[in-house]
Amino acid sequence: MGDESELYAFNYSGFPGAESAPTRRSATSDPLAVRIALITVAFLFLGLFLFLPVIAVFIEALRKGTGEYFAAISNAETLSAIRLTLMTAAIAVPLNVSFGLAAAWAITRFEFRGKQLLVTLIDIPFSVSPVIAGMLFVLLLGVRTPIGAWLYDHGIKTIFAEPGIVLATIFVTFPLAARQLIPIMQAVGSEEEQAAIVLGAGGWQSFLRITIPNVKWGLLYGLVLCNARAMGEFGAVSVVSGHVRGYTNTMPLYVEILYNDYQFAAAFAVSSLLTLLAIATLVAKRCLEGRVAPVKKFEQDVPENKAAA
Amino acid sequence: MKRRDRVLPGFGLTLGYTMLYLSIVVLIPISTIFFKAASLSWIQFWTVVLAPRAIAAYKLSFGAALAGGLIDSVFGFVVAWTLVRYEFPLKRLIDVMVDLPFALPTSVAGITLTSLYASNGWIGAWLEPLGVKVAYTPLGIVVALTFVGLPFTVRTLQPVLEDLDKEYEEAAATLGANRLQTFLKVILPALVPAQLTGFALAFARELGEYGSVVFISGNMPFRTEVVPLLIMSKLEQFDYAGATAIAVVMLIIAFSILLLVNGLQKIAGRRLMVT
Repeated sequence: MGDESELYAFNYSGFPGAESAPTRRSATSDPLAVRIALITVAFLFLGLFLFLPVIAVFIEALRKGTGEYFAAISNAETLSAIRLTLMTAAIAVPLNVSFGLAAAWAITRFEFRGKQLLVTLIDIPFSVSPVIAGMLFVLLLGVRTPIGAWLYDHGIKTIFAEPGIVLATIFVTFPLAARQLIPIMQAVGSEEEQAAIVLGAGGWQSFLRITIPNVKWGLLYGLVLCNARAMGEFGAVSVVSGHVRGYTNTMPLYVEILYNDYQFAAAFAVSSLLTLLAIATLVAKRCLEGRVAPVKKFEQDVPENKAAA
Repeated sequence: MKRRDRVLPGFGLTLGYTMLYLSIVVLIPISTIFFKAASLSWIQFWTVVLAPRAIAAYKLSFGAALAGGLIDSVFGFVVAWTLVRYEFPLKRLIDVMVDLPFALPTSVAGITLTSLYASNGWIGAWLEPLGVKVAYTPLGIVVALTFVGLPFTVRTLQPVLEDLDKEYEEAAATLGANRLQTFLKVILPALVPAQLTGFALAFARELGEYGSVVFISGNMPFRTEVVPLLIMSKLEQFDYAGATAIAVVMLIIAFSILLLVNGLQKIAGRRLMVT
């Protein structure tokens, strides 16, 4: 939705100025009644499903007044949940982003057999139900399994403890960064890197000075998406957490515990923090999309370049 | 092409790291579930998988995901169409908000939708006198799944609509078609692969959804228990064998949908930009 399309829409379909404009309508625009009807339907549907819930979170959170609200978000258990959420994201996000970079480098810079299969395998966690994702780690690392028993004997508790939460989160957010980086690295192409290498730069030097600056917005975009999911994951984490109150609760889990305790105002107070995070994510995503899109667009517009290369 | 690409270093390092990390995080954990399932006898497996409670859960999960996916397809089309073709106030805000279900933790969505649709909630209080109960009924599950699946249909359709060449519509109009004919015979056929892909993605996500459903459904076996909830309840009773059997069924269905979507994208020619 660049300026051009807005201009186009204004000139030809002309919703804002339709009343004053001559009544002839372009062949590719819809009748005014249809336009108004569809826009109304879209507003009603999204209002009901997206905007009302967001408003409800904040109203429910503040129902008992700001005093209760701030008490709810600053008590020890909430802070412990916030700490675990931040820690989980701080481990999962860098790991998955570095994986995304490596995978995108291998996939977009070299030809090898089974590449398409690799791309499909990377997508697997998207199609696994969160409950099953959590369950995988219970089956793999629970105390009754060989690995779990060995770890337990050495004093390491993974399931129903923090390591399990971190692992489940890594699994769930696994494809997010790679998914963003692969098409962008593909679109940017490898000419500049080849030039750097030919001119005598080392591999790491060319990676840090050429590749990273070229894909930095895509990298940030993947990081934002990965972070939002890492901090917000509920199902998978719920299976591996074991619900040890105040010890292995992330924020989304703590919301459930408060809600099931009938502490609704507190549940919504913690929810409001997560909702703010979601809104910040959406805003960041939109700002970055403007910077990422031209790269992808360039690729689509000039297919000859790729063919010639 | 091949020889020149080898100018670049790091093939062994990055592919090796990719494979190692993929194996540790995804492949090994996924394979444990199949090993665990293989340790069950056929009779054990089928008794769990075909138990009446499980059958009721499949029916509910499929029915609700189908309904949610269809609602998302219809309204997702309306939203994508208005966002691409029309100008109206708050358009940018709406475009940004469409991704909310991606970004909002599912437990937050779950408790919020439940409080809205409970009989004393903002929406539930309106529906109650009409005899419509949403929270703690299958209808509530459909509402939660519709919320969760919406971005998939909108975001799949939007780029396809943006790329749709207006020249075809102009040609149709020149040849005497009215707007409805143009829409039905020119625009709609071009959108079929994207509509199907969007539906399949939403359906797959809705089939596995747990967080937003657990609060609004009430979790009554045979009535409002979807498959992920059934797996969860088996896990909570430490019935790992039973949970595994049902999870395997769900995984096979999910992978089939993934392959189907890949096939659809190939047909539509909008494959991921990887050669």
